[in-house]
Amino acid sequence: MSTLDKRMSAAEIVGRLSNGMTLGIGGWGPRRKPMALVREILRSDLKDLTIVSYGGPDVGMLCAAGKVKKLVFAFVSLDAIPLEPWFRKAREAGAIEVLELDEGMFQWGLKAAAFQLPFLPTRVGLGTDLIDLGGLKTVQSPYDDREVMVAMPALKLDAALIHVQRCDHRGNVQALGPDTYYDEWFAKAADQCFVSAEELVPAMEDAYPEDARANLFERCFVTGVTEAKGGAHPTSLPPDYGWDMGWFKKYAAAAKDPGDWASVAAQFVGATEAEYLASVGGMEAVGALPLPVF
Amino acid sequence: MATLAELCIAAVAEAFRTTRELVGTGIGPIPRLGVGLAKLTHSPGLMMTDGEAFLVEQPVPIGPRAYEDRKPAGYLPFSRFFDSAVWGGRRHAMVTPTQVDRFGQTNLSALGGTHAQPKTQMLGARGFPGNGIYHANSMFIPAHGPRVFVAGEVDRVSSPGYNPARRIAGGNYSAIDLKRIVTNLCVMDFGGPDYAVRVISLHPGVTFAEVETATGFPLIDAVAGETPLPTEEQLAIINRLDPHGIRHSVLAENPPAIRSAS
Repeated sequence: MSTLDKRMSAAEIVGRLSNGMTLGIGGWGPRRKPMALVREILRSDLKDLTIVSYGGPDVGMLCAAGKVKKLVFAFVSLDAIPLEPWFRKAREAGAIEVLELDEGMFQWGLKAAAFQLPFLPTRVGLGTDLIDLGGLKTVQSPYDDREVMVAMPALKLDAALIHVQRCDHRGNVQALGPDTYYDEWFAKAADQCFVSAEELVPAMEDAYPEDARANLFERCFVTGVTEAKGGAHPTSLPPDYGWDMGWFKKYAAAAKDPGDWASVAAQFVGATEAEYLASVGGMEAVGALPLPVF
Repeated sequence: MATLAELCIAAVAEAFRTTRELVGTGIGPIPRLGVGLAKLTHSPGLMMTDGEAFLVEQPVPIGPRAYEDRKPAGYLPFSRFFDSAVWGGRRHAMVTPTQVDRFGQTNLSALGGTHAQPKTQMLGARGFPGNGIYHANSMFIPAHGPRVFVAGEVDRVSSPGYNPARRIAGGNYSAIDLKRIVTNLCVMDFGGPDYAVRVISLHPGVTFAEVETATGFPLIDAVAGETPLPTEEQLAIINRLDPHGIRHSVLAENPPAIRSAS
């Protein structure tokens, strides 16, 4: 009988991925990104990835490191630093292919994939450049209204990467905080979903039964789990910690000077996750990062 | 004396005047203060968020504050924003695009170059395509000039406007609803023939000719008078919603509402 033990190391998770895969990355801009798993990809030889993300530093770093063949996005931003500098460099160098979408179309595409549909219809995109530039097709209502809509194709993911507060070995997750964005739909749109968590508990029903409503998606959508304290750093994970503005400033400045990722990658990725966490002051410093206000 | 920024905030509030219950979103200090002002005066049906995930009945002051210093009355996270606010048309947003053309099409995506290699990559289309096709939108342009209000079309069409050449037969464009453009010079709308852009009020001391020179496309003179100065009551509310005076840093040199005669 299977023990449903889905625990694995971050390196084992990345070992399940292969070149050319389409990876969905949860979170939103500089918020609740699975950065420990992104860093593990940056330490690996993976390449030619198609990244599907409401983009923040995850996208910037993967672009900077030359891991990205194609990006599916609606924006890439660090919020307080509106334009993600490394993403911008990659685009202005013509280094990546893109499918630019609207934020709402994007989640619609994830939902189409989750429901195993080829597309879902929407009015979004009509009258804009997204349709022609993205090669999107239209579809006509078979009912009396005969309305012509955009057929938003399913954004099928080979794998999704998500960071939450808590999970157990069977893949029962709890995502706290005021907003979980579209993480649920990344999980459901993916053939495999890997979750990193601040805290890996032996059994969720014993550890935090009172928070069961924070179970963002059911464990059948979870392939592997790993513990990663500070795993969203430098992005925010309310209510645990805010984003690291000082880190963002250094990272943005490095895009101009020296402007070369290879010479700064060690600083922003670290040779190991433990080394990285220590380099930013450990959990004591991460846990003290103030929550951003808007 | 009121500043031009405060006059613009009052003009934004006027743009958001409504009898409906809908989400008012102002991106940037002046739009956000204007929505808050509208909500606290003539348009109590407006719904606002704390900028993160919660609906608040008391608009959250802008600038530094304690994280808990907001009183949630409701919940509107990104994870239900499209079904609750955008795709049902229950929203009016005011944004600051990088380019705007005579059709009201806007660009937030990229400037110049090609799609494969833009000269300048910007944010990306964000939610602009959906906002434009589903709900009311307005714009705030802090530096009115021909690089923003471009001749011809914008470099990339991020949000739809009233351009007949961009419409696919059978598509439903009925919810495209461009309200007002508030700038540092004037207030404009799309009330001309075939939705042509009109100037409907000039800020004190500004001439129509000056606005024309600063705009890359033709404008209709429908000026009904000067943009009203904010009242004392409005100024008191603005001050309460912007305790750190962030509004004073939005417009170059923070000019007074009434130009000095020079």
